Amino acid sequence: MSRARADEEEYWHSSKFRAFTFDDEDDELSQLKESKRAVNSLRDIVDDDDDDLEKVSWSGEPVGRRNRLPSLPSLSDAFSDTGVKNYAPELRRPRAEYKDYSNDWSPRDTVRRMQRGKVCSLERFRSLQDKMVLLDEAVAGHDGNVITAVLIFLKRTLRREVLFRELEVRQVALCHLIHFLKETGEQKLLLDLLRFLDRTEEVALSQYREHLNIQDVEKKREFLKGCIGLPFSAEDISHIQDHYTLLERQIIIETNDRHLAMAGQSEIFRKYPRKASILNMPLVTTLFYSCFYHYTEAEGTFSSPTNLKKTFKIPDKQYVLTALAARAKLRAWEDVDALLTTKNWLGYTKKKAPIGFHRVVEILQRNNAPVQVLQEYVRLVEDVETRLNLATKYKCHDVVIDTYRDLKDRIQLMAYKCKVERGSAEEEKINSLLSNMQIRWKN
Amino acid sequence: MASTARRDAPEPPDFGILKRLARDQLIYLLEQLPGRKDLFIEPDLMSPLDRIANVSVLKQHEVDKLYRVENRPAPSTSDQLCFLVRPRVRTMRYIADIVNADKMSGRSRKYKIIFSPQKFYACEMVLEEEGVFGDVTCDEWSFYLLPLDEDIISMELPEFFRDYFLEGDHRWINSVARALQLLNSLYGPFSRVYGIGRCAKMSYELWRDLEEESENDGQGRKPEIGNIFLMDRDMDYVTALCSQVVYEGLVDDTFRIKCGSVDFGPEVTSSDKSIKVLLNAQDKIFSQIRNEHFSSVFGFLSQKSRNLQAQYDRRQGMDIKQMKNFVSQELKGLKQEHRLLSLHIGACESIMKKKTKQDFQEMIKVEHALLEGFDIRESTSFIEEHIDRQVSPIESLRLMCLLSITENGLIPKDYRSLKTQYLQSYGPEHLLTFHNLKRIGLLTEQAAGETLTAVESRVSKLVTDRAAGKITDAFNSLAKKSNFRAISKKLSLIPRVDGEYNLKMPPDMAYVFSGAYTPLSCKIVEQTERRRTARGATRSALSWRCSWGAAPSPRSPLSASWARREAAGSSS
Repeated sequence: MSRARADEEEYWHSSKFRAFTFDDEDDELSQLKESKRAVNSLRDIVDDDDDDLEKVSWSGEPVGRRNRLPSLPSLSDAFSDTGVKNYAPELRRPRAEYKDYSNDWSPRDTVRRMQRGKVCSLERFRSLQDKMVLLDEAVAGHDGNVITAVLIFLKRTLRREVLFRELEVRQVALCHLIHFLKETGEQKLLLDLLRFLDRTEEVALSQYREHLNIQDVEKKREFLKGCIGLPFSAEDISHIQDHYTLLERQIIIETNDRHLAMAGQSEIFRKYPRKASILNMPLVTTLFYSCFYHYTEAEGTFSSPTNLKKTFKIPDKQYVLTALAARAKLRAWEDVDALLTTKNWLGYTKKKAPIGFHRVVEILQRNNAPVQVLQEYVRLVEDVETRLNLATKYKCHDVVIDTYRDLKDRIQLMAYKCKVERGSAEEEKINSLLSNMQIRWKN
Repeated sequence: MASTARRDAPEPPDFGILKRLARDQLIYLLEQLPGRKDLFIEPDLMSPLDRIANVSVLKQHEVDKLYRVENRPAPSTSDQLCFLVRPRVRTMRYIADIVNADKMSGRSRKYKIIFSPQKFYACEMVLEEEGVFGDVTCDEWSFYLLPLDEDIISMELPEFFRDYFLEGDHRWINSVARALQLLNSLYGPFSRVYGIGRCAKMSYELWRDLEEESENDGQGRKPEIGNIFLMDRDMDYVTALCSQVVYEGLVDDTFRIKCGSVDFGPEVTSSDKSIKVLLNAQDKIFSQIRNEHFSSVFGFLSQKSRNLQAQYDRRQGMDIKQMKNFVSQELKGLKQEHRLLSLHIGACESIMKKKTKQDFQEMIKVEHALLEGFDIRESTSFIEEHIDRQVSPIESLRLMCLLSITENGLIPKDYRSLKTQYLQSYGPEHLLTFHNLKRIGLLTEQAAGETLTAVESRVSKLVTDRAAGKITDAFNSLAKKSNFRAISKKLSLIPRVDGEYNLKMPPDMAYVFSGAYTPLSCKIVEQTERRRTARGATRSALSWRCSWGAAPSPRSPLSASWARREAAGSSS
């Protein structure tokens, strides 16, 4: 009989059928499973499940739908060891409760059913009021999956301005719609929604975000140019402007440098071949690149560091730090020196570092600067303890000796003697200091 | 955590059941597509899956080849394709592309999609739109909880944070509720539920609805889990923003612990191979040092090494019989210990190398200053230099957010200047990053007229008031402004120490941050438990704010008082 076949199919797909495990510890479990399976065959007799009723046509033939979701057993059932179970719960419900299966579920029950994963037709919520009650129930139910499902339905059956207007006063639902539109990539509708809500800054940001999807640099440049007119905040407009200008600049530099590198005439490009293109790199990285490959160029050229500094208003501190790192990498110690030397109006030079000399030392050391070079800057570290640490660590003996002398610390000075080479100039210096009667040692 | 220092503490429940259930369910689902099939797995699910059903188990159930769900087209030649995925729109498009490509080339295959932990209606919509709804079967793998250790369970849903806190999407609340339901049915019934935060409340309510419907009373079973605390992450960002200084935290920082295991590269293994190590209570060495402050770890490891060496050296004076005994009984254990020791020592060395490079010590000092609220200008300069030096985009942001949270927002001048420098150092597209952080409240600007002192003085008046109602008001207003200083003062999150904090024998929980800060969640659990045991049913100001009462259970005798409390209106 075809009805029996439908039921059989139902039984095998029913939620109570579970995989068998062979774990011995689950003895209790297998017992329960057995009794459960027996009792659940009762489901054949009374079946309240809408889905299945819909499946059977008038002739009793099952109308197959491949896509039925088998709802898996509630795992708690398997483990409860009480005698009272929800065997065939449908039996217990009074007949009067069986709704007409063309579903007259209330909004609340509809939401409930959707939360349990059941298929629910929302088509009968036709009036705007009904729709909104349904939406509010979904929001009250806290399940974002259901809220989004209702919104999908509303989006399909309401003119957008009507929908927008209703969502304006429903924050939670609004968030869900916005997230949904972002996920499905419905950019146009999203922007319309944001404009409707007068969230102009978000409109601008949302459009700007698209640049991340553009691979071709020329197209990206054009796109960024178009972004400049968008309703950003005053502060952000300058950032967008900078982004555009930077990319434009990078394109020029990249094209030129690629030619230079290929032509093989330029020494620097031969000695240090470029490992990556400068396109889409941050400004500081671009500055580093420029200080590395184009350091001596005049301010007028697009690739000179000073031009970058001026165009993007790079603060001195940042500039010196980056230029230092680049020149140190090239072991151009004189350039390093020049960066850190300022001349006052009298013509006297002074060493000044806007970043702290311990940082200077760190950068130089990372690039294996020779001790004589390193020493000069270690000497200038202001904090005495740091100076001693660095000097000792990097074997800048003169600095150590001088510092201990200044601190009048005889014990430490004596102890340091073992760190210097026997018979070296440093050892002699220590000895002469130690035997100097004029120094008032503190210990 | 996984440390039971107290002898009277009960054994943790057997969370292995969760893994077995998940595995059985997955196998059942796979068997519903009988015959040989290829399995496509979403990258996020690969690590969790590995802990539940590894490759050999899958192969036993007729899984031929395994592929990652990626941007590239599927190279599979099998007639049956199975996809194990999270419910994402873009993944649906990926699958639809495969199905449609097959249709175009006249190929017909079987396609099965297994959604974990559940299917979303939006996914069905996309499948329908793409015209493949009728060509695929959809199933749900109710995998909600993965035990990572004896006492740590994870939902492994990293997208939760962004989806809920940034986008305001409630899509995962059902999963949380179902996870609670599962725990309740296996290890409950829970007696009391406490919580802070909107999401916690919604999860609780949804869970309550689920329990009511399931008509499962769970009577007669002795509960293994008694109390539940549900807390929203945004109640305490500070804990997540401070640098970790206990061993396990540093391992995570340096190597990234995923699903309870970590990949140690050649520099750690002192060989040319990398190995994957499971980090849990089974690792005898790890379990002893995981919660220790890093300063004591090296000492511990070298002590252990010396002991180990001494044990080995005992061989010298042994006769044949003793030697045989030694080899059969002890050698294996010693070898194991040796292996673990060398791994962890190698890990320590890597950690130290990395941290020295990044001025770790100085950074910790800055964090502590921010927590205590002094030397703010110096701290801001440190952050500025950190950005200028392009040290690390994530670390720079982390420090900025910590500054923002502890100071109730950056002063506008600093916000603008740090933002500009960040964009210059790490890329102009981070304009979007800053907007997201602002939306979520992690990195904000102080509004004019709302400088810290004004807020703080207003708030401090409120928190000294004894009346419970006023305290609730204080918490409400604090929640809006998330005033870190007032909360940490009220709950004594920052220990007052005379002299140096004793890390070897720490007096409180703040040792996890070298004595600078006690995580809020831990403090709340501690305080609630203390008050509950000390004063019985009397509600303290704190529990009044947090507690929603008994866990939902229609037949439970506690449900009456829960309903009463609900009626009394706990405003949250």
